[in-house]
Amino acid sequence: MTTSNPTVTHLPARRNTVRTNRTLQKVGVWVSLLLGAAFAGLPILWMVSSSFKDNSEIFAWPPKLITENFSFAAYTSVFTDPVKVRFFVNSYVIAITVTVLTLVVAILAAYAFSRFEFRGKALVNVVIVGIQAVPPITLLIPYFGLIVALRLYNTYQGLVLTYMVFTLPYAIVMMTGYFNTLPRELDEAARVDGTSSFGALWRILVPISMPGIVSVAVYTFMIAWNEYLFALTLTRTDNMRTVPIGIQLLMGQHSYEWSEMMAMSVLGSIPVLVLFVFFQKFFIGGMTAGAVKN
Amino acid sequence: MSAPTIPAPTAPSPARPGRPAGAAPGRRRTSLGRRLAPYGYLAPVAVLMLVLMILPVAVVIRYSFFDNVIISPTSVLVGLRNYVQILTDPLFRTATRNTAVFTGVSVLAHLVLGLGFAMLLNSPLLGRRTKTVFRTIFVMPWLLTVAIIAILWRLLLDPNGVVNFGLQSVGLIDGPVAWFSELNLALPAVTVMNIWAGYPFFMVSLLAGLQGISADLYEAAAVDGASWWRRFFHVTLPSLRPIIISMALLDVIWTSQQFPLIWMTTGGGPLERTEMLSTYTYKLAFSEYQFAQASASAVIMLLVALVLAVFYVRHQRARD
Repeated sequence: MTTSNPTVTHLPARRNTVRTNRTLQKVGVWVSLLLGAAFAGLPILWMVSSSFKDNSEIFAWPPKLITENFSFAAYTSVFTDPVKVRFFVNSYVIAITVTVLTLVVAILAAYAFSRFEFRGKALVNVVIVGIQAVPPITLLIPYFGLIVALRLYNTYQGLVLTYMVFTLPYAIVMMTGYFNTLPRELDEAARVDGTSSFGALWRILVPISMPGIVSVAVYTFMIAWNEYLFALTLTRTDNMRTVPIGIQLLMGQHSYEWSEMMAMSVLGSIPVLVLFVFFQKFFIGGMTAGAVKN
Repeated sequence: MSAPTIPAPTAPSPARPGRPAGAAPGRRRTSLGRRLAPYGYLAPVAVLMLVLMILPVAVVIRYSFFDNVIISPTSVLVGLRNYVQILTDPLFRTATRNTAVFTGVSVLAHLVLGLGFAMLLNSPLLGRRTKTVFRTIFVMPWLLTVAIIAILWRLLLDPNGVVNFGLQSVGLIDGPVAWFSELNLALPAVTVMNIWAGYPFFMVSLLAGLQGISADLYEAAAVDGASWWRRFFHVTLPSLRPIIISMALLDVIWTSQQFPLIWMTTGGGPLERTEMLSTYTYKLAFSEYQFAQASASAVIMLLVALVLAVFYVRHQRARD
């Protein structure tokens, strides 16, 4: 556009064209940004707005983004219902346990991948990447039998154990990537000083790897917090249900409690959103490192 | 695979690695310790993967050749009968077709939207703070739990909901539409919902890719008088090609396995119009208790996923 006819135009005129073109471009970029923001953000805004409405106003015609009868009633009713509070407690207990266990196992494995040469390394690597492709539904059928046989059906342990199959591959890939960015001399110097290899990992590598560990932790927490299929199938009673299943249970029990469902959705989204806002840099860095560059 | 030059250790040895390689006599023990240490560190993950991955996959493959598994203590080997039943089931074919359409359209739209948003966020015309704010907004759908996305879209697309109001106000539709229960609209509706839920995954990675393209390439193109489109097709796209292929393969794998979004909105209906391989398999197992046939279907899904995974791993290797 700017270079379509450069030879005939005089200099001042050309500068003007360039400026108009830049303004036009800027307008175009902003219009696209705002359209994009509407596409991405309006549904979420609607979720938040609906959570402050009375259930009778959910389908008010015409719809209102901000209701005059603004109220926290839906939130109060979620917080005062022990069954619903329990959904959140379950989700937190499970997600945090999965995160801690995944970190421990993944840090040990990543240390082996990053700092040692051993037989079968390349094969194990391929297996770990391949595992990410296995459909959850394929695992669910044997898990069902396995979990029942191990008497872990409808327990925290059953969910924690099965979730780790999803969280570990990422965590190992991301953690290995992070360790690889740290110079080997760091831990090898410690080894020369007589520290065991575990000591070098625990006292040297782990403390300086906090950014990497945080990004793995955030990502792991998010996978565990969001899981649906296993939670649906491997638990049975309300006292073991997690938030994603709990929200679904609100649907169609009596009538649709839309405001409560939206309040629970907002509350259910907050942990991941907060983690994202605080650790945005780690999060995106870790995600692209893990997913793009295995 | 890089075969190590040292033969595998045979003697049992303490898992704890040896002393540092200071003196010559200590050397042997160190190298032995160093050779065994990685296996010690890998032991927890190896045990978990054995119990959670290798064993279950073996079990599901075994189930798929038997009859009445899980529900009956005596099951009989039936060979390929389950596979024949699945592959000749018209519903399986419907599910395959729906999954293909759902996945193809979703992945393409994820790529186009993700690339569009990433290029906007990479625009030199915007300030840093503006970029951060809009990046956060654009990435938000991806941060929501799928169960929440499903519920939210049921609210949005309800016949009395806000989307119908909007479309009626601008005259695109005459009356309220029940998007998730109309025969010809259910599949497009779940696809749109899935597009909304998944594009940020592409966006984030492509943005990182765009930031990695050397400015020199664009300057050289600009000096040559290349138009925006030429720069896009000759600089941007070729540079992003490896990332695009990786992302697309991963997205095909995951989208073709999508379960919660479908299960919580249409449940595969109306009249199997949104039945996917995942919902089909799930119903066979946990609604009809046909675990053997469900296992056959699950193994077929696994094979498809593994073929895609092989392409993915090869592509990753080629990049490194």
